[in-house]
Amino acid sequence: MRGANRYDQPVNGHFGEHGGRFVAETLMHALEELESLYEAARQDPEFQAELRSDLEHYVGRPTPLYFAERLTRELGGAQVYLKREDLNHTGAHKVNNTVGQALLAKRMGKPRVIAETGAGQHGVATATIAARLGLQCRVYMGAEDVQRQSLNVYRMKLLGAEVVAVESGSRTLKDAMNEAMRDWVTNVDDTHYIIGTVAGPHPFPAMVRDFQSVIGQETRAQSLQTFGRLPDALVACVGGGSNAIGMFHPFIDDADVRLIGVEAGGLGLATGQHAAPLSAGKVGVLHGNRTYLMQDDDGQIVETHSVSAGLDYPGVGPEHSFLKDIGRAEYAAVTDDQALAALRLLNRCEGILPALESSHAIAWVAEHAAALGADQIVVVNLSGRGDKDIMTVAKLDGIAL
Amino acid sequence: MTAPGRLDARLAELRRAQRKALVTFITAGDPVPSATVPALHALVRGGADVLELGVPFSDPEAEGPAIQRSSERGLAQGMTLRGCLDLVRAFREDDDATPVVLMGYLNSVLAMGETRFAEAAAEAGVDGLIMVNLPPEEAGSLQAALDRQGIRLIFLVAPTTTPERARRILDAASGFVYYVSLKGITGADHLDTAAVGEKLKWLRGLTELPVMVGFGIKDGASARAVAAHADGAVVGSALVRIMAECADDPASIAGRLTDQAREIRAALDAPGR
Repeated sequence: MRGANRYDQPVNGHFGEHGGRFVAETLMHALEELESLYEAARQDPEFQAELRSDLEHYVGRPTPLYFAERLTRELGGAQVYLKREDLNHTGAHKVNNTVGQALLAKRMGKPRVIAETGAGQHGVATATIAARLGLQCRVYMGAEDVQRQSLNVYRMKLLGAEVVAVESGSRTLKDAMNEAMRDWVTNVDDTHYIIGTVAGPHPFPAMVRDFQSVIGQETRAQSLQTFGRLPDALVACVGGGSNAIGMFHPFIDDADVRLIGVEAGGLGLATGQHAAPLSAGKVGVLHGNRTYLMQDDDGQIVETHSVSAGLDYPGVGPEHSFLKDIGRAEYAAVTDDQALAALRLLNRCEGILPALESSHAIAWVAEHAAALGADQIVVVNLSGRGDKDIMTVAKLDGIAL
Repeated sequence: MTAPGRLDARLAELRRAQRKALVTFITAGDPVPSATVPALHALVRGGADVLELGVPFSDPEAEGPAIQRSSERGLAQGMTLRGCLDLVRAFREDDDATPVVLMGYLNSVLAMGETRFAEAAAEAGVDGLIMVNLPPEEAGSLQAALDRQGIRLIFLVAPTTTPERARRILDAASGFVYYVSLKGITGADHLDTAAVGEKLKWLRGLTELPVMVGFGIKDGASARAVAAHADGAVVGSALVRIMAECADDPASIAGRLTDQAREIRAALDAPGR
């Protein structure tokens, strides 16, 4: 199985000008420790075997690569395949990473894990693995997201996690991340911070990518098996960008495979009410790394908007910023309305309820499939299922559940 | 006088006089921009030797609730990095001796541009810069820009800093070294002065630079306890809380800040123990 390529190891934690390690001094030693411990684990066959076993028996991997026949017919162009990350235990790709990081926490002898969450998927995935390994778990979630995603909040509590509603700033994912950093700086001796996306200080972007790369590795093998060649394009939604990088990374050296990341266009890029830093942001430093950010002229991080809590983040993983700069990946944005329409479309054509996040990737395909032609094969990363979003969608329909 | 003259001269003067430095922190624009310059003068009247001025940032990830809120109040008043420099310039009209150190997060400086910031800061009368989220490994280009203007980039050392990291930090350090007294956020309430003393003995054995201690110091007694092993103490959240209490009556800020600074000053200066 392929997967390793020349971008595997960022130079001193940098992907081009992006990435790095911009944190308070108190955390620097913990990051250095994590880096060397992870490097050792990465090369340790025993760790890799344990990880593979968990992914197979607990998460339920490999996930299917599914040909969406009716959707393909409906769109009238490219053949659309779905990588079914929604079928993972806990309902999204997030668990691929939390399983790996929780094994690392256990290796480090840290009895406590913390996490930030937006849609709640990463919080649920962290609480899940913490329950399984008997780790203490606290999840930080923006107060606004606690409202939007009450189902997942209750689910985390059932799993034994403590959920802290963060009231500062814009009360969304970025503020949850600030609060998690504050917790980590205070409890660094006994706590591992399980960052849920490919952002944050080095080694998180590279490490989370490695754990998520199982998506792309499976897709590669399944593509060869199913249609005897690599796909023409891979499409994935990008908030922080973990499901997208996990899908893209094993294909980076395959120049013929288009890599398309879809950001949250919110009410439209022109309105400023969106969460699309790659499409309309500027390079800066936030949450430990240099990357494209939504910010004003004074460098203040601006409030983002997306119908999907999991994409409602002003930054993006530094490797995506790098792939954009070198032109290897393309990034587009779709609006809230397009994503909602895609959610309905997939329900009706395929009997699959996608997460609002993943619906952004579906929306891009819905818009472009016809222009691509029937000989083209497009794989969409269906990063999560949409049960958690039913309340949001029903509310938009004017229905009280 | 210009940077680095002002900061280095003040630190040398304190060392000659064998006096502990009182370093104070308030946030620019909190609770209103018109309160900042009088507040700085009030702190100097109360005995502050070095002034830290916080640059409000939307995502102050190392700050406790008191400074987070001060940052939010400053931003609500429209404070910007450029606005901070205007305040320093205004302060300099009446005080050309007391060093001013800006403290904040890197993105503010990046948005202005490192070189443009360094030039504008020097012109306004800034003497030093503390970037909470900038370790020396990432500081090269900003440090070069500041060096050209004679502005000191001040680094932090934490309780978790290993000897190897300490050497790397001290190699890059200038002005003074900021020792973070606890694992935690600003204004935390778990300061262990005995443990701080041990760490400071070790740190001061590694450098000739003055070492200032901050985080969790709220009054004269705690300032005196930590400063016994250091060259001075940084007081921030305690002062910022006063600013918050006076938000509805900004005219009362100056008097209360002077009183608070005096109390700490007196404790630092009290003979023996």
